[in-house]
Amino acid sequence: MQIELGHFLALSATIFGIGAIGFLVRRNVLVQLMSIELMLNSVNLTFVAFNRYAPQNHLGQLFAFFVIAVAAAEAAVGLAIVLSFFRLRKTVHSDRADTLKN
Amino acid sequence: MTTAGSVLFLICAAFALLAALGTVLVHSPIRAAMCLLAHIVALSGLFLLLHAHLLAMLQVLVYAGAVVVLFIFVIMLIGPQAAEPPVLRGMVVKTGSAAIMLLFTAMLAFSLMPAHRDAPELIPCTATEGAECQQFGGVSAFAQSLFMDDLVPFELISVLLTVAVVGAMAVARGRTVEETESIRRKRTAEADTLAATTAREKALAAEVSAHGGH
Repeated sequence: MQIELGHFLALSATIFGIGAIGFLVRRNVLVQLMSIELMLNSVNLTFVAFNRYAPQNHLGQLFAFFVIAVAAAEAAVGLAIVLSFFRLRKTVHSDRADTLKN
Repeated sequence: MTTAGSVLFLICAAFALLAALGTVLVHSPIRAAMCLLAHIVALSGLFLLLHAHLLAMLQVLVYAGAVVVLFIFVIMLIGPQAAEPPVLRGMVVKTGSAAIMLLFTAMLAFSLMPAHRDAPELIPCTATEGAECQQFGGVSAFAQSLFMDDLVPFELISVLLTVAVVGAMAVARGRTVEETESIRRKRTAEADTLAATTAREKALAAEVSAHGGH
């Protein structure tokens, strides 16, 4: 079996789909954050795969590098928000984040 | 790609997919974090396969070393309440939306599968050349691109990370409901005292001016 660009793209699309389903279906804020990480990772895989098939420059890998940095920042702030939310509501259930509703 | 490369791809892809499914499906968040860790390691294997050597290393360093550890810290801080009891409400809608997303994903994957491009041959470094051989995806070539072409975004990333750290500390410090309430009470009391003082001063001033008029 010859591995082509398409296989990487298909794998990446599948991982993105799994992450999206996790984000939409799960109600645990922590798991939702992990699903976001899954989606960011799958996008990184797409960038790196395309870069491998056009190796004149490092644009794809550079973009993946920046995505990794932004994902780290996002995880730090997101987890801080989760902690703050937990302190307020004593739960990590995202349906309970309804302070603005009333 | 060589046969060994194909085998490595199949192994890493299977691991990445299973671990991603585990992250989403497993009930306990700590197990989900462990699945995320396996997923990240599998993806770094795929990066190696794609000649992104530096990125594969960074992936393990940043994700496995920092992000997953941060997740585990937060899960430990939250304690047993981090695992919510499963909710059965809205199960039909959830299953339906998951099925639609899955269908969409499968469609996307199958339409992307035949994408074909010729992979340009990349000459590997010899042992004597060391880092100077400017291999694609290696530290030297990658750093040259980073610091020649993308220096400004790179510096901006450092600003972003600083802001994120300060913001995370400010948000995580947080207050409980009781603390917020006590602060509000203190503020009201202060405002009351201030108003009383102002009223007294005004009365005094009026008195003084009344006396001055006589």
